[in-house]
Amino acid sequence: MSDRRASTNATGGYAAGERDDAVVRRVRCPRGLGLNGFGIYAVAYLVFLYLPVAVLPVFSFNDSQYVTFPLKGFTFKWYEALADSHGLLNGFWNSVKVAVSVSILSTILGVFAAKAVTRYRMRGRGGLLGFIMVPLVIPEIILGISLLMTFSLGGVKLSLVTVGIGHLLLCVPFSMLVLISRMEGFDPSMEEAARDLGENAWGTFRRVTLPIIFPGVVASLLLTFTISFDEFVLAFFLCGTDATLPVHIWSQLRFPERLPSVLSLGAIIVVASTIVVFAAELIRRGGVQLKPSGL
Amino acid sequence: MNAARTASGSGPRWRVRAWFMRSESGRGYALLSPTLVVVVLGLLFPMLILTTMSFWKQEYVDLVRTFTTENYAAFFDKRIYSLILYRSIRISALVTLVTIVLAYPLAYYIAFHVKKNKMMWIVLVTIPFWTSYLLRVFAWKVILGYNGVVNSGLISLGIISEPLEFLLYNPTAVVITLAHAWAAVAILPIYVSLEKIDRSLIEAARDLGESAFMTFVRVTLPLSLPGVIAASLLVFIPTVGDYVTPALVGGTRGIMMGNIIQSMFGKALNWPLGAALSIISMLTVTLAVCVLLGATRWYRKKVG
Amino acid sequence: MSAPIISIEHVFKEFGSVRAVNDANFEIAPGEFFSLLGPSGCGKTTLLRMLAGFEVPTRGRIRIDGRDVTMVPPNHRPVNMVFQNYAIFPHLNVASNIAFGMRKSGLSKRALADRIEEMLELIRLPGYGERTAMELSGGQRQRVALARALIKQPRVLLLDEPLGALDKKLREQMQIELRQLQQRVGITFVFVTHDQEEALTLSDRIAVMSQGDVLEISTPGALYEAPRSRFVADFIGTMNFFDCTLREYRDGVATADSAELGRVRTTCEAPPAAAGEGFVLGIRPEKFQLAFEDAEATGNAVRGRMGPSAYLGDRSHFYVYLEGRDDPVSVALPNLAKSLERIGGTGRDVWLTWSDDAAVLLPGEEQAGTKREGR
Repeated sequence: MSDRRASTNATGGYAAGERDDAVVRRVRCPRGLGLNGFGIYAVAYLVFLYLPVAVLPVFSFNDSQYVTFPLKGFTFKWYEALADSHGLLNGFWNSVKVAVSVSILSTILGVFAAKAVTRYRMRGRGGLLGFIMVPLVIPEIILGISLLMTFSLGGVKLSLVTVGIGHLLLCVPFSMLVLISRMEGFDPSMEEAARDLGENAWGTFRRVTLPIIFPGVVASLLLTFTISFDEFVLAFFLCGTDATLPVHIWSQLRFPERLPSVLSLGAIIVVASTIVVFAAELIRRGGVQLKPSGL
Repeated sequence: MNAARTASGSGPRWRVRAWFMRSESGRGYALLSPTLVVVVLGLLFPMLILTTMSFWKQEYVDLVRTFTTENYAAFFDKRIYSLILYRSIRISALVTLVTIVLAYPLAYYIAFHVKKNKMMWIVLVTIPFWTSYLLRVFAWKVILGYNGVVNSGLISLGIISEPLEFLLYNPTAVVITLAHAWAAVAILPIYVSLEKIDRSLIEAARDLGESAFMTFVRVTLPLSLPGVIAASLLVFIPTVGDYVTPALVGGTRGIMMGNIIQSMFGKALNWPLGAALSIISMLTVTLAVCVLLGATRWYRKKVG
Repeated sequence: MSAPIISIEHVFKEFGSVRAVNDANFEIAPGEFFSLLGPSGCGKTTLLRMLAGFEVPTRGRIRIDGRDVTMVPPNHRPVNMVFQNYAIFPHLNVASNIAFGMRKSGLSKRALADRIEEMLELIRLPGYGERTAMELSGGQRQRVALARALIKQPRVLLLDEPLGALDKKLREQMQIELRQLQQRVGITFVFVTHDQEEALTLSDRIAVMSQGDVLEISTPGALYEAPRSRFVADFIGTMNFFDCTLREYRDGVATADSAELGRVRTTCEAPPAAAGEGFVLGIRPEKFQLAFEDAEATGNAVRGRMGPSAYLGDRSHFYVYLEGRDDPVSVALPNLAKSLERIGGTGRDVWLTWSDDAAVLLPGEEQAGTKREGR
């Protein structure tokens, strides 16, 4: 804050002493890192955010049955053990199936909905938007049991499909939020220009809207894939006998002797999710400039 | 050129087409309808089922589909339910408070102090939010456990000789874990509201003679309040019903409403009671949210 | 007037309870440079968007080239548009932007490339085909938007405040280019602007709009020198208004009494009101002369007191207070002599004089909602 003030302080003589202090302080701190009190706090916060999760990879290489200090030795054996687990592979593929379908469906719905919300004057727009966002704030357990009851009363057998329905509810709001911000970022007259130059609705979407919102579409696919892949509570209630990976992990937590392999599995998931989300965020926040393409 | 022919025509098809072209709302709703169908079928309809079932009754393995308020009566008869609901709300409120207090300075730092790479900070902060919730909670169980990372670490450093038992299986562990798990959710809305503040307002307050601190209290804080409120709601509402965290790190003293509801669908096998408890929890949370919103409105009036 | 290229027939447009366009009813001739002029929110852009097909009239019909296009979507209309912020596609380069609408043109790749190069020549940006939209300046984007629309050889080109985002110098230069371009391609231009000077400079005819109503359609000269309503007189240029009562009308000369001006003589084709009835006299600032001694014998004249003045380089503005009038009268005089001495002297007595044909006669009461059509 003081930076912006420094150049305009000519009139504020009464605060000059204070301002000088600020200048001196700034000179002493390494400017490039911007490390003042807040900066130190921010770094500490990130450590608090990441350190607990870092425990998983660290101990997954530890040659001991127990997750205790001091570290015993380096080993890959917990990772090797993963490959032999039938339940794990099964759960992994189940999760992939659900996550792929959900991310695609959710993104398609999100594109339509974002277009509707950003491009048309609609009565009750705010209310409808709020309604679609409700699954974001409802405790997942309540979402889970209400769907469980509905499927059970309707005679629907629990399967990956029912998990997918639950995940779709959770993912659509995120797809919409990501795509709405992308849609709002570009001028609606681009689409009108395409119509004006002779394209029909589909041609306009394909030649103008989609290329421009493409980063948002990719981000939505990646984010919703991760959300669905990692989701536990809904899957726990709705998967029946088709355990997804998180449900499988949950079932393993009861057995202390399986703890190290859960650690190694968790490490893989956390690292992979982090990479996917990182990529998604970079793409979404416009880090990637679209290349001009020919005709 | 096809359109030209239809346009100059008349009749019902033309009239529908004319309505559709005139009505922006119509086209908007048409695009939004697939999503709305999903949410109506997946959220609204199940909520109606939930409500209906809360007035039914479980007898052994059978559902008795006659109207009864027994389940609601059970909530008021057995103190344990209201005690646990009270505890859930208290824990969630504490989690919300801790999360916001921790998140605000960071959001402030990113909004006002970071000049380059703002986006990088936001990405770094939000990444944990997207990754496996279950595994993040599990990590805390490993860290805080009797033979966990903290205890074994402190022992091997010679600081303590016996493992600290108060770390795991209590409400404090639940608060720590939840505050960590929901940290990212709180930062974003606060950051956005801070970022939106016109910097000249802050300069104006300083120019009019307020100290840096009073400028924050009288200008920055009130203007960022919408973000703080959004953050509170986004943390408070879902955590009241959380069930993974108390199940993994809460122990018996850390049991929350989510665990009770879950048990009605597991061992206890009483879906109607589970439904009734869910509805009571949701109503209570809604009430708490209204109180919070009312309080902030009052605060705003007072400040403004 | 030959067969109109655009007929707007009793067109209304309502957004909810707001009436954006109220009974627009006029025609535009082929090859005309036609402007829709009015303050923001007057409905001019809505009317243009109805011509383009982005809005559908609530009532009424629009014909282009005799064909009813009221319900025809934008992509099937023989018109093209230049958008306010140009809407250059950011993901395409300049050549691809210009070629965007030519997908179904049936031209060979080679012929299309030649057409694009022709268009680039026309907008004086040869060799810019490979540039991306991001590399262009505001004026260049505007020209690319023009080329993109003109390559389709539309019957009508619609322009929505295309110069609004440019700075003053560039805007004036683009005005000249636009007018020359229009004459070269011979396409009808419908031009929306809120800038009256721009409209006067460019247009063959101008429709002045206010609050959804088309108030008056006329040539620039007629709008300025002989506006038919107080709104138009006030909106285009500056006008001093005086309430008058008609005394008599004889041989093309109206004699009237005004509390502020005294006895007034004005030439006019028809009596502005019945004898004894009120009307409004409008005099533009540059139609006044200033005298520093009693000039009341010479014709139309009134005594006032000099108020503040402003030096504008090519001319000076003076504000003169009259007895019985709160607002000063605005007077503009060209700075004919190269001199650092300024006439002025706040508070001194001056006489305002004007010739018999300097004033405009306007209907007495503001007749809101009544529309007049030119020609």
